[in-house]
Amino acid sequence: MNGAAEPRQPRRTAPVGLFVSAIAGLRQSVAAIVALTYVARDMGPLLWVGLAVAVTILAINLLVAGLSWHRLTFHVGDEDIRVESGIVSRTARSVPYERIQDVSLEQGLLARLFGLVVVRFETGAGGADDIALTYLTEAEGEELRGLVRRRRDQDAPLAADGLADVPDDPATVLFAMGPRRVLTYGAFEFSLAVVAVIFGVTQQFDFLLPFDIWDLEEWEQRLAGSGARLVALGTTAQVIGALIGVAALLLIGFATGIVRTLLREWGFVLEKTERGFRRRRGLLTRTDVVMPIHRVQAMRIGTRIVRRMFGWHGLKFVSLAQDAGTANHVVAPFGKVEELWPVACEAGFAPPADDLVWQQAVRAYRNDSVMLVAIVPAVLSLVPIAMGYPWFAAIPLAVGAALVVGELIAWRNTHHALDPHQVLSRSGWLAPGLEIAPRVKLQSVDFRQGPLARRHGYGTLHLGLAGGTFAIGGVAVERARELRAAILASVTATDYSDLNR
Amino acid sequence: MDHHASPTAALDEDAALTPLHPDHVKVLRIQTALAALPFAVGAGVLEFAQLLPRGLVMAPVLIVIALLVLRVPLRRYHAKGFDMGEDRLRVVRGLLFSSDTVVPFGRVQHIDLDQGPLERHYRLATLTVHTAGTHNASVHLPGLAHQDAVAMRETIRAHIRRETV
Repeated sequence: MNGAAEPRQPRRTAPVGLFVSAIAGLRQSVAAIVALTYVARDMGPLLWVGLAVAVTILAINLLVAGLSWHRLTFHVGDEDIRVESGIVSRTARSVPYERIQDVSLEQGLLARLFGLVVVRFETGAGGADDIALTYLTEAEGEELRGLVRRRRDQDAPLAADGLADVPDDPATVLFAMGPRRVLTYGAFEFSLAVVAVIFGVTQQFDFLLPFDIWDLEEWEQRLAGSGARLVALGTTAQVIGALIGVAALLLIGFATGIVRTLLREWGFVLEKTERGFRRRRGLLTRTDVVMPIHRVQAMRIGTRIVRRMFGWHGLKFVSLAQDAGTANHVVAPFGKVEELWPVACEAGFAPPADDLVWQQAVRAYRNDSVMLVAIVPAVLSLVPIAMGYPWFAAIPLAVGAALVVGELIAWRNTHHALDPHQVLSRSGWLAPGLEIAPRVKLQSVDFRQGPLARRHGYGTLHLGLAGGTFAIGGVAVERARELRAAILASVTATDYSDLNR
Repeated sequence: MDHHASPTAALDEDAALTPLHPDHVKVLRIQTALAALPFAVGAGVLEFAQLLPRGLVMAPVLIVIALLVLRVPLRRYHAKGFDMGEDRLRVVRGLLFSSDTVVPFGRVQHIDLDQGPLERHYRLATLTVHTAGTHNASVHLPGLAHQDAVAMRETIRAHIRRETV
């Protein structure tokens, strides 16, 4: 690492990264390779043509990657990080250290083999506008991250040799998941998504099959051959066959859940460092995300129907920054409640006090929502009655009844509360969750009423939350007034710019 | 059912709302009239084609348009209002679906002042305050006299502490 010693010189990314980029590019040009091989299929044996095409494309990729590598330089200055890039048209971008919210490191499978990382400077501008340096060595990445953090902290000018030895922040582990926990988590992530994918693939590529799977006659012919034996086996065998089919489906569902969870959550570690929460996870693609504590806007403890019976819950933080496309940062995806609260407390949240007064949504809200969900099935049930099939009316009526029961249960679970520093809201149908937002971090208060709500004197209170939403349904007008006055009193006491310090 | 308030009760009776500039009604009327124009033309064509008895289409369409242009904007205007507090801006609007929003000055990210061609003709302006929240990312307050809007912007800006980060 020559560049480390002379930070003022423009630096280049790691040359080994070229191969990783080129190979990754090859993966993207699979379609092109197939198409070109198809076009050139008469020029010789298929294998050789395909190989030649692949090598050519790899060479082109390598050339392009090499050119852009040569033309991309970054400069770690006193005030900012500057990146100049572009083969033909040049772009120069500068990010002042103060604007860099954080530096995240990301490793794909290939990059991991070569010990490389993608270094991303989060500015809060949103994913696409962030600067990313694709493929530095792991050491360079860590060093850059440490540098940016220290630059943000103190405004001391950069020493020429200040880069090399960066002691890692002292960290305490807040939450970690061992292999056993990840497996348990996977078992609860039952998913039949893969079945849908296979189904979709068979539809897309059915021309590859020797027969048309949508042609009934052809099926009959096939069954008349070897299939006739199956029919001859009788009902018992058919039932057993159906059971085996269901079991296979269940197996696929569990396997998908476990594999996906293993890939995503393997080696999950959440630590508290000086700079905030640091989360590392992933088997093949390992991600390393740091979220400063002051950027946490709200928290959510949620669960699902089945895992709730076993006492498993998950904790998420709502933050200004994006986390893989969603604003919610998963900080503890799968744990017991008593494991999750310490993590939440580290971010400044307090569990609801025992004597906290919870307010239920008003009755008029329940009545109106029950009426609204019942109206469509009720009207639909009139159609079969009018047509002279009164029994068919049972279907929409049953659906309507289920919806009504659902609304009633949801209403029973809808509560909110206000404690000296936080707004708390509980809602959900079969697996109610808890949301907490600190009062000072709210941006605005909006009370909305539809025509029915207006008649019956209630409404929905929407609280402006940076990076998420927070709404409390079925709040009586007087209660809304109280809540608003209390929240605004806390909010106006602190200016926004003092919040993000 | 528990009736907590009469249907028209606003969230805060104590703080009187400032009405918008009366010319806002004219802007709303012209906007509605422009939006209704295609329907009037369509009805006219149907009338001209004489497929249906005379006036069967044209009369109801014209009545509805007259209501929408003359009556509804006035009611919408009366449903709107704002209140500049010491440290917060409150915007109330909505006839059928009402909304009552309060934005503390300390949470305003930036302020826009917009004028469409119609608004410019009547010397009106729309004040928009932006917050960091996902809900209510921008709160619009249309129908202000232009100089009032400018004054409000300056007031809010004076409250936002400038911090050179």
